[in-house]
Amino acid sequence: MRLSSDELVLWQYGIVHLNVTIVTTWALMLMLVIGARLITRKLVTGAPISRWQCTLEVVVLTLKKQIEEVGLRQPEKYLGFLGTLFLFVASANLCTIFPGYEPPTGSLSTTAALAICVFVAVPFYAIREHGLRGYLKNYLQPTFLMLPFNIISELSRTLALSIRLFGNMMSGAMILGILLTITPFIFPIVMSALGLLTGMVQAYIFSILATVYIAAAMRDDGA
Amino acid sequence: MLIDWFTVIAQAANFLILVWLLKRFLYQPILNAIDAREKRIAAELANAGTKQAEAQNERETFQHKNKELDQQRALLLSQAAEEAQSERQYLLDQARKEAAALDAKLQESLRNEQLSLTREITSRTQQEVFAIARKALADLAGISLEERMAEVFLRRLRDFNSDEKAQLTSSLMLQEDTIVVRSAFDLPQAQQDLLEISLRELLAADAQVRFETAPNLVSGIELVIGGHKVAWSIADYLASLERNTGELLNNKRKPQP
Repeated sequence: MRLSSDELVLWQYGIVHLNVTIVTTWALMLMLVIGARLITRKLVTGAPISRWQCTLEVVVLTLKKQIEEVGLRQPEKYLGFLGTLFLFVASANLCTIFPGYEPPTGSLSTTAALAICVFVAVPFYAIREHGLRGYLKNYLQPTFLMLPFNIISELSRTLALSIRLFGNMMSGAMILGILLTITPFIFPIVMSALGLLTGMVQAYIFSILATVYIAAAMRDDGA
Repeated sequence: MLIDWFTVIAQAANFLILVWLLKRFLYQPILNAIDAREKRIAAELANAGTKQAEAQNERETFQHKNKELDQQRALLLSQAAEEAQSERQYLLDQARKEAAALDAKLQESLRNEQLSLTREITSRTQQEVFAIARKALADLAGISLEERMAEVFLRRLRDFNSDEKAQLTSSLMLQEDTIVVRSAFDLPQAQQDLLEISLRELLAADAQVRFETAPNLVSGIELVIGGHKVAWSIADYLASLERNTGELLNNKRKPQP
């Protein structure tokens, strides 16, 4: 049984290869960017606005509000990263409704890549805000004895972030595959609907945890 | 191996590219549009606030003006009422004066009319009386009125006492013996001759007698010698008639209760 879509390689040249994960990601990126471009091409500032514009405004404002509620004072700065994280994971998970689709989030490589991005983004934003010394000082909080634990915490939460999303999405796809072989009717549909819910929840959890990590690093008194 | 490190790198790159693309094509345009709308709404609200303030000011100004207008109107009304009252009083006074003048004029006119009527009545009565008397005398006694009048006049002269005659004679002497006999009508020659003879007998033999016709003389004969005058006329009768007629007219003019 194939656990990850990484294993299905479509093209290879040396170490460079195109697997289903990358291609699906490109497709999702294309869909998101073209959709956004089509809608934002005809933005109006007056009333009435189109339904699509209204939908996008609701999505963007909700993301902004969520970031703000977690504790980041200027959500516009983090909206690009955190919002894209949520939209990418959510769209990748929601597309499981299409038959034959394999979510890139079901690949540990993708989730690891996203977790590494978060892992890098946290010090990036913190250093930009407080400087390198201010960021490193966080690792000595509340006392220098906590330094190894803080480092372990940093690494383990990145690992947990990637494994959580991968585990959930991969298990969802696996369960669906197994159920299809056992009971091909009705029950897989229910599980598929549950998978959609799980996917949305995971997208929310992933992005909100990333926000929390960044927000924790942005605090003056450290994590 | 679940992790393909090439895929990890590729996916990280893909994600970062997606972040950049979405930032450019999604977040920034949407946030800009929202900001622009918020600014426009804020501007419209500010504009509305300004307009509301202006409207409030205008309302207050209007109310103030309205109040002033009401006061002016009340003032003008009271002035107009006072002027109307004074004008009314003036017009009433004028009307009273005019009415009084008209009344006076009417009274004057009535008096004149009455006088004129009286004169007319007197004249007509005189004519009628003479006509009736002339006809009655002619029918009943077969004599003319003029004859009879001349006789009555002569008899009156003859009835004078000596003192009266002496006065007339002395007056006649002062007037160079000229006696003037006036009558309302032309005396017949016979009557003139009779009067002339009789007067010369009574007063002076050489006296000059001159006969004159005076239409305004009220139906009679009068003798004028200097400042003395002896006359007979129906003036007394006419005065009585006039008095009675006047009383009758006055009674009719009085308003009925």
